Parts: sequence; structure tokens; C-alpha cells
Amino acid sequence: MTSEDIELIFRHADEFKEVLQRPIKKVPSLRDITIANLFFENSTRTRLSFELAQKRLSADVVNFSASTSSVKKGETLVDTVNNILAMKVDMVVMRHASPGACLFLSQHVDVPIINAGDGTHEHPTQALLDAFSIREKLGAIKGKKVLIVGDITHSRVALSNIDCLQKLGAEVMVCGPATMIPKHLGLLGVKIVHDFDAALQWCDAVNMLRIQLERQETSVRFFPSLREYSLQYGLNADRLKKVKKDILIMHPGPINRGVEISSDVADGEQSIILDQVENGVAIRMAVIYLLAQKIQR
Amino acid sequence: MNQDLLEVVIQRLCYQLIERYAPFTKVVFIGIQPRGVFLLTELERHIKRIAPDMPWISGVIDPTFYRDDFRRGDKQLLAHPTKIPVHLDGCKVVLVDDVLFTGRTIRASLEALMEYGRPESIDLLVLINRKFTRQVPIEPAFVGKSIDQYDRQKVKVLWQKDGEGENQVVLSQE
Repeated sequence: MTSEDIELIFRHADEFKEVLQRPIKKVPSLRDITIANLFFENSTRTRLSFELAQKRLSADVVNFSASTSSVKKGETLVDTVNNILAMKVDMVVMRHASPGACLFLSQHVDVPIINAGDGTHEHPTQALLDAFSIREKLGAIKGKKVLIVGDITHSRVALSNIDCLQKLGAEVMVCGPATMIPKHLGLLGVKIVHDFDAALQWCDAVNMLRIQLERQETSVRFFPSLREYSLQYGLNADRLKKVKKDILIMHPGPINRGVEISSDVADGEQSIILDQVENGVAIRMAVIYLLAQKIQR
Repeated sequence: MNQDLLEVVIQRLCYQLIERYAPFTKVVFIGIQPRGVFLLTELERHIKRIAPDMPWISGVIDPTFYRDDFRRGDKQLLAHPTKIPVHLDGCKVVLVDDVLFTGRTIRASLEALMEYGRPESIDLLVLINRKFTRQVPIEPAFVGKSIDQYDRQKVKVLWQKDGEGENQVVLSQE
């Protein structure tokens, strides 16, 4: 995706956000399109956000959950998707635990595929809605300083955010324990620091990532305890008071309250966490709408 | 049609609107994106000069998401902002566009407009009415000028931008 593609998505997301404020929150554009949501991993926000976006565009939606499907009986990914496509489904939105799953699938099926998260690789629509939210509050992304904090190694949100923000001209810094930052991340042009307080003074917006306990091997400890992680890298009111300017507080969700972020900060005035969720529907409407233009009637 | 003649035509349209809708109670003027907005701005300028005491309520509507040529062809459709400042229940709406060609844009705009309430009436005002190119049964109530151009011929309304250029209507052969 180029920066022009991203700006095109933002332009349409602005108009879809207006649609979401109307008494009738629908447009008829995709009323002859059927979209299958294939979620092989758990999700609340992303799944609901995509489903709402599709329904607001008047598309028909089918939801697939791996836990109640024939995947349990050993059916392969390609077989699963081909069976679904045989029922005249026009587009697929997929979240899968394997990095590259969407790219792999695109080489075997001939429908537009939207990546809703593939393992620890990417989460493109999350990055788009994060950048859109920053743009909404702070104006053009170019020149803005964005800090990403937490478990960078296991975060598809971090990788997608780095890519998207840099394409739009932002400066990106990551902060966290050295054990949770990939060794060669600097090759992406990202600043790496371990002093959270200093990093907070630098940034215009901070994106707090959740500690992904489910991804970390139980035999490997990336930090001594949750308490120590929270002391060093948790964002709380005392830490925020020391920051000289009003920075934006962001989080992709779900929040571990009291670990990476305290409740008063997550629910406070500088937090745009719920704005991110609202913008997610508009951004996903824009992505689906623009991609659907490739499906000729 | 040069700038001077265009000014006369727009003024005449303004007097027709005042004649029909004065004192403009619950009347909403809505420009169709993107080019109807320029005409709406000119109408506003003239009406505020002619009848400064009459209220002026206006908005803009973008019919992109209601178009019937979506996914038919390679043309990339670009959305523009929609801003309707009031609920349209019981309002008299005047839809404003620069050129009426096939009528499909107006059809899409009517569908978009219905998302904002149930107007008492909707009338169409156009600067140029291309009489013989209609593809849906839509006719304007207020017309600047009717012309007999056929499909192969182009009509373009040029609007002054940031003080540069002139307002004018240009007819050309493709």
C-alpha cells in the first residue's frame, strides 16, 4: 500500500464516518455482495467492527469460527475457503494464527482477501484506524512523533503501525524491555529506547500495547513479573502528570487494566481508545468499499 | 455563455426561487457534490444581496454511495463530503446541480437525501438542462438554460477559483 492508497482510504473513511452519524446508518453500495468473515483466532473488536462495516454497506455477511467448524476434523485452510467460495461468496476477511496466511490463501483462491491479523506479522486495518485517529485529533500525520510501547516482538499491531506511520511521514519510536524488542528493528528506521519517561516527553501520541501472555512460551520469561513490567512500562496518572504536553493515549485493545495502562488513564481525557474503536468501523467500510470496486457486476 | 450572461441567468433563477419559496421558511437548498456546490454558492451570494432578511439554510450531498455505475467499469469513484444541517422532515428541498445530463446523478441524490428524513417536497434547479439525453424520468423545476446537445457533445461549467479564471459555460464536440 502506498501513501496515496492510505490517503484514499482516509478520504472515504471521513465520508463513511458521516454515514455512521445519520439516522439511517447504511448505504446500499454492496447490497449484492456476500462477505465471509473467517476468524481462526479469538476477537471481539475486529470481528464486530468488520461485521458492522459490512452491514452498514448493505452486504450479506457469513461468519465462520474455527472452533465450531470442520477445521477441528482436520480440514485444510484452502479446502475450507474453497467450500465457502463455492457458495458464491465474493470477498473474504480472515484472521489466522500463521504469519502469511492471507498471502498464502491469495495464491490459491481468486477473491479479494482482507487481512484481519495474521499471527505476529501484520494487522493492516488496525494501523489504518490508529493513524486515522491521530490525524483526526492532531491533523496531518507528517512530522508527528508516535511512540509504541510494550511487547513489540509479538505485536502485529506494532509492525503495521510502523509501516503505515512511516509511509505517512511520521517519526516512530518504540519502547519496552530489551527482551521484547526485535534485535534488528532499527533497520526499519525506527528509534529504539528503553527509558519510558524520556520517550513520553518526546512523543505527540503513545500507543500502549497489551502484554500478550498467550503468545509467550511458558518456559520463557520476558520480564520478571507483571508488577515489575507495570512499574517500568505501565502508563499511569503519576507518570502522565510529568509529561509536559497533552499527548494522545491510544491502545488497540483488549486492555489489561493495571498492567500496561491504569484505569484512570485509559478512561481519562487524553485517551482516544474508544475513538479508535469508532473509527475502526469507518476505516473498514472504506477498505471494503474500495476493494469491492474490483468485483465487477 | 460568458461570465456576464451567466450572472444574468443566475440572478433570474434567484428571483424565481424567491417568487416560489419566499419567505424561505423550512426551505433547504442542497448542492450536489462536487459541482452543484459552486452553483449553490453563487445562488447564496445573489439571494443574500437581493433579500438579505430571508433565512438561508443550505447543505451539500454526495451521491457516490448510491450511484448505479458502482462496480460497472474501471472508473474509480471518489467520495465527497455530505453535510445536511437539519432533519428534512417537512422541509421543502431544492436540489441544485450545474448540468442535468442523463438524470442518474439526481436519482442517486434523491435516494441519498431520503436518509435524512421525509421532505414535504423536492424540486430540482439546474444551470444547464441537456434536453435530449435523459435516461431516467427526471425533469427540473428551475432551469438556467436548455440546450439541444446530443451524447457526443460535451457541456462544461467552469467556475472561478480563488479569484482566478471566469465563470462560464463551454460547449464542445468530443
